[in-house]
Amino acid sequence: MKKIFTSRNLLLLLGLATIIVYVFNRQKAFSILLNSKAYLMEMLSVLPPILILIGLFQVWVPRKTVERAMGRASGLKGILMAIFVGTAAMGPLYAAFPLGLSLMEKGASLFNMAIFLCIWASIKIPMILFEVKFLGAEFAGLRLALTLPSIIVISYFLNSILKGRNPHEKTKLS
Amino acid sequence: MFVISIWVLAAVLLTLSIIRDREKTAISLLAAWKFFGSMALPVLITLWAIGFLLTFLPPWLISRAVGQNSGWQGILLAALFGSIVLIQAFIAFPLAGSLLRQGASVSAIAAFVTTLVMVGVVTAPMEMKFFGKKFTFWRNFLSFIFAIIIALIMGALLG
Repeated sequence: MKKIFTSRNLLLLLGLATIIVYVFNRQKAFSILLNSKAYLMEMLSVLPPILILIGLFQVWVPRKTVERAMGRASGLKGILMAIFVGTAAMGPLYAAFPLGLSLMEKGASLFNMAIFLCIWASIKIPMILFEVKFLGAEFAGLRLALTLPSIIVISYFLNSILKGRNPHEKTKLS
Repeated sequence: MFVISIWVLAAVLLTLSIIRDREKTAISLLAAWKFFGSMALPVLITLWAIGFLLTFLPPWLISRAVGQNSGWQGILLAALFGSIVLIQAFIAFPLAGSLLRQGASVSAIAAFVTTLVMVGVVTAPMEMKFFGKKFTFWRNFLSFIFAIIIALIMGALLG
């Protein structure tokens, strides 16, 4: 199947749409561009330092090191590690699946693995910085404070629901 | 204030990194540049789309769909939307911010952002391959429920 919604096509589409709007209503076209520009400026005001931080983290704290340490760590230490490891990448949730599996193979409990997976998905330092910038410190702080205990409860439930099963083996059977 | 502190933090760490190891620092900057390259176009598209949204989507429509008075339906709508779409967080936050300023409620935005990162309908098949059906179902289901709870608490405290 050919991809229609490539970045290039979307960009062309937006450009074309803006030109069409301009033909019919100049004011609206300017409004579109001015609104976009305002957000672009906000983005650019925080993007460079965040990118530098991500880059530095990737080099100074290699994923392998943290992964190895996390396999052994448990409890609070494991949680802190998970937050730390998630900081390295801006990757989406599915990037963490293989990592979670390898953690379990290294002997991490299902509880720890679930915590790791959820934290990887939802708590990342670069992401928190973006959230503070665009939604405010109050919003970001409160959401973080509520998310962390939620993750622990979710993982606890998951652990008791799936008790005694190794989810990886289960897939191999099915 | 916040912007300045991030710049200062990045500058300080970058300086320390240069002092410790020039080569590693160069590699890290290259990695940052590569990451920028991969996200530049999607970000540009989103920001442009936000321009359209702010120009054509009237605030009353946003506030009727996901605003203060949209009640549980607005929260549910936002949570479902967040569960289904697959967008990177650094694109989602400007979008969520613009919706919030246009009249969306705090709880709807919290529900959207939280389900966006924690619940993945599109990625569920992949998750099943790694962890099995039962794990995938319960993890996403529980995350959805907790996202709603988080949204309600945030709405009560900040709304």
